Amino acid sequence: MSTTTTTTPRKRGVVERLSKSWLYIGLIGIGLVSFVRIVTDTDDLTAAGTIRAAIIATCPILAAALGGLWAERAGVVNIGLEGQMILGTWGAAFFTYHYGPWVGIAGAALLGLVGGLLHAVATVTFGVDHIVSGVAINLIGAGTATYLAEAIFPEYEGGGPRQLNGLEAPTQITIPGVSDLANTIADKHWFFVSDIASFIQALTTNISTLSLLVFALVVVSAVVLWRTSFGLRLRSCGENPQAAETLGVNVYFYKYVAVLISGALAGIGGGFLALVASSGFSTGQTGGRGYIGLAAMIFGNWRPGGLLAGALTFGYTDSLRLRDTQSVHSLLLLVALGLLAFAALRAYRRQVRGAVAVTIAGLAVLAWFLSTDSVPREFTVMTPYVTTLFVLALGAQRLRMPAADGETYRKGSAG
Amino acid sequence: MSRLDVRSIGMSLLAPAIAILLSIVVTTIVIAAVGSSPGDFWSTMFEVPKPRLRVDIVNQTAMIYIAAVAAAIGFRMGLFNIGLEGQYTLASFAAASFAGAAYLSGWANVFAAIIVAMAVGAIWAGIAGVLRTTRGVSEVISTIMLNSIAITLVGYFLNNYGVKEGNSVHTKNIEPGTSVGGFAPFEDRDGEIWTLAIIAVLVGVGFWVLLNKTRFGFDLRASGQSESAALASGINPKRMILISMMLSGGVAGLIWMPAFFGGARNYGTSFQVGLGFLGIAVALLGRNRPVGMLFGALLFAFLSVKSNDLTFGTDVSPSIVQITQGVAVLAVVVTYEVVRRWRTRLEQRAVSRELAPTTEATA
Repeated sequence: MSTTTTTTPRKRGVVERLSKSWLYIGLIGIGLVSFVRIVTDTDDLTAAGTIRAAIIATCPILAAALGGLWAERAGVVNIGLEGQMILGTWGAAFFTYHYGPWVGIAGAALLGLVGGLLHAVATVTFGVDHIVSGVAINLIGAGTATYLAEAIFPEYEGGGPRQLNGLEAPTQITIPGVSDLANTIADKHWFFVSDIASFIQALTTNISTLSLLVFALVVVSAVVLWRTSFGLRLRSCGENPQAAETLGVNVYFYKYVAVLISGALAGIGGGFLALVASSGFSTGQTGGRGYIGLAAMIFGNWRPGGLLAGALTFGYTDSLRLRDTQSVHSLLLLVALGLLAFAALRAYRRQVRGAVAVTIAGLAVLAWFLSTDSVPREFTVMTPYVTTLFVLALGAQRLRMPAADGETYRKGSAG
Repeated sequence: MSRLDVRSIGMSLLAPAIAILLSIVVTTIVIAAVGSSPGDFWSTMFEVPKPRLRVDIVNQTAMIYIAAVAAAIGFRMGLFNIGLEGQYTLASFAAASFAGAAYLSGWANVFAAIIVAMAVGAIWAGIAGVLRTTRGVSEVISTIMLNSIAITLVGYFLNNYGVKEGNSVHTKNIEPGTSVGGFAPFEDRDGEIWTLAIIAVLVGVGFWVLLNKTRFGFDLRASGQSESAALASGINPKRMILISMMLSGGVAGLIWMPAFFGGARNYGTSFQVGLGFLGIAVALLGRNRPVGMLFGALLFAFLSVKSNDLTFGTDVSPSIVQITQGVAVLAVVVTYEVVRRWRTRLEQRAVSRELAPTTEATA
């Protein structure tokens, strides 16, 4: 490992370096957002309130995406994330009602883990098609949560057959000095600096500890999967299980662990929805976020940094639809500029056809921005899905999923 | 030979039998766990349904069966069309808008609307097909995305161009001359079996003929089993993917048509969601076989409709049948896999037994 990193050719051009690192892409992105904010005069675009809402919308998607990452890195496609998430919402509600929010989160993880266990038994032990099993788990998850809610919650205080309100949320924390300072700078509405400041303000003012936990889980997952021998073995099961087996790796064990963690993470995402994103449990509150998490993971090319960027993008658009339509409209300019920047990058790399296609798309969005002055809410709702389709259509060749992802593996098949 | 047939039939019935048994056990445990009485539940469920429910069961079976056939077309090709839900939502909305606009009258309007439904479903599924063949995008992911886009799009059109009535919005009602009722097998108040439920029969027969009696069906099955073998025998896999995806979407467009012309008469609150996913489940349950899926559809329709009785006689909520259905699907795919592995082992043993003397002779 170390030899390859030190001998990386250092001749890469500025553009290449800028377009390869998520950090630089993030900075350029913030710059673009700031530019659009000033041009269109919509301070709401990066107001601390917007960013706080975006963080809250991001976390469940992020947790689901991480769940997808764990499973798929071990070679198991987990479309049952949605069902495991639904189980998590119920688990969080039930355990929080009885034992408080932290046991509630553990309960959410536990219920998600049960969903993961079902998936692991079906796909790893019995070799059922991963998609088929996932679809069945989504049916079971939705059915179980609905039934258990109807059977149990009506007797609870604040509960009904379809909801359980008034749940205690995990503690929120504020870092006093930083929060105020950031607030002052954010109110100046300077280019770039104020946008960063309101981001810091959102992160340091009344942020739920559960949000911090979810972000910490991204780092933990990245470290465990890429910096430990456990993670290396786990990923080897997703790349080439036969080879892993010949090296003495217990493939079934690693796949089980990965899918169980995957389910638990999706469950935590569901718990977040019930405890932080809203004031309680309600039936059907996941609204397809498990699928969006899966999309965020693909968007991020099966990498922790990438899926974080994907989840933030989807979470940001998800939160904007709850705010005024003007900021959504100025988002169109952002999308147009982003597409044009992407087209320029393609042109620089001499990918002519791609550059032309993206330029046309960018100009179309720009024309849309200039010719209208509001965007229907429904179109914002669609954004994550359309984005994913675009990313897949344009970049499917550059995305690289684990080599043995979705394949059924049987012990002893290495021969 | 005939002994083998009996045995293979027995084995193919074994898996669904185990699965149904397992789902009964799980359902019983879940009911008992929350403190309700499983006995009440099963006795209510197994009572002979009242005439009105019998009519409902037939109607639901028809719609679920169409959905199952749509899913099966994809499965037989090795494609996972998880987007049935979006395809039939968008198609139903388009057909309802078209029929409501009354460009034509009487049966012409009905036929034209059905063609609109099939076309819209096929085009929507075709997007996923094109993405798969030209850009290599997995149809599973793209159809999931297309589901959400379709449902949001319909919401947008309905809110902006629909007819508002109190709190609900719906498309324009079709004219009385255009609605195709049905026939009432019992008394009038028990409801009608929709005429267009006949679509289910046509689709089922069509599916069987297509699959077993046409060159296309052979190509489809061949490509589904081995794409490389199909390519070697001159089948264009990309063309097959696109056609079968669109065919699947076209059939998906038909799913809600019986209910639309039979009773709903507009697209609005009466639209029944979730049939797409039920169809996938039933296709898995029935092993993508026309007859197997018929039994699956009947079972699911029976469970869904009969669960309405639970609210009167028991304290078990009707959503319990969702668990039963989900467990049945998971159990059936698991047991099929187990039975398949067991059979492979039996065959391997039989082969090695028959080969044993000859190898000794040559040795």
